[in-house]
Amino acid sequence: MAAEGQQHPLKIYFYIWALLFVFSAASYGTDFLPHNAFRQGLILLFMILKAGFIVAISVRMAWERKALIWAILGPPVVLLVLIGLMAVEGDYTELSRLNFFSPSLAPAGHEAGHGAEAAH
Amino acid sequence: MAQEAVSAADAQQAGWETIVTDWSSDKQTFRVPWGKAMMWIFLLSDTFIFTCFLTGYMNVRLSTTVPWPNPSEVFGLDVFGVSVPLLLIGIMTFDLITSSGTMALAVNFGDRRDRGRTAALLFMTAGFGALFVGMQAFEWTKLITQEGIRPWGNPLGASQFGATFFMITGFHGLHVSAGVVYLSIVAMKVLRGDYEKKGYEIVEIAGLYWHFVDLVWVFIFAFFYLW
Repeated sequence: MAAEGQQHPLKIYFYIWALLFVFSAASYGTDFLPHNAFRQGLILLFMILKAGFIVAISVRMAWERKALIWAILGPPVVLLVLIGLMAVEGDYTELSRLNFFSPSLAPAGHEAGHGAEAAH
Repeated sequence: MAQEAVSAADAQQAGWETIVTDWSSDKQTFRVPWGKAMMWIFLLSDTFIFTCFLTGYMNVRLSTTVPWPNPSEVFGLDVFGVSVPLLLIGIMTFDLITSSGTMALAVNFGDRRDRGRTAALLFMTAGFGALFVGMQAFEWTKLITQEGIRPWGNPLGASQFGATFFMITGFHGLHVSAGVVYLSIVAMKVLRGDYEKKGYEIVEIAGLYWHFVDLVWVFIFAFFYLW
């Protein structure tokens, strides 16, 4: 069992620490931009950069063996399918909500509700 | 021949015993301490939970029929009469990044078996974590008492805002709180010298958890507060 601990020079951690600070400041800075696709692109960019450095360096994934890397990073790929499906179905959910839950657009549901209340 | 060996083993064992035999044979997939592999698998399951929360949030926000409250205003703070957007959340983000750095250093000094510095850095990390939870408590108090935001509705717009906010940040805050306790216990054990013989892997395993909590915040910050 070759379970020797990893050892790395401190320098790389200070470097990554500083980088994470820069990316955090940059993503905080996006809040001063107007809401548009450019802002959302920057939010995603800094998020992915930060997440990538944390996964690769902070938790030392970059120095692990492939068996562990794939066992941990592989399964979350299916989550992308879930996110994709929910994003695609968003307009359907919105239609359903407009049909059934919007106060101004759902007279049928409201009448039924009032009828039930009157019966009390 | 192999077939014969299997049937010979089968003859001696029955039912559940065969299952134990098959799974406990001397095989090892992950060449890391078992505690580290277990922590990775726990964090993997946690990834699924947080992704489900964030995906649910995405869906209700995509399909909202009334305006979504602007987080940058909701979470703004007045500093000397000037309203700074998202200030508290920005400070919380930097606090967590700082703690992430002290945690990485603690793991590093753990590798070098430097007892004093490892314990000191672990206590510092736990302290930054406690500070984070404190700021979150302040944020929640402000939102509940001043803005009137509830899990079932709020005066600013979509009622799902409160539901997803309390669910997601609450679950993250719970992780940070648990992490503070966990890190404090590990730090005390380091100080006591418990790991001098056993090795300092536990510090690295605690580090995995702490960095994960930081990682989740990156996504919450991007999708809930900035988007």
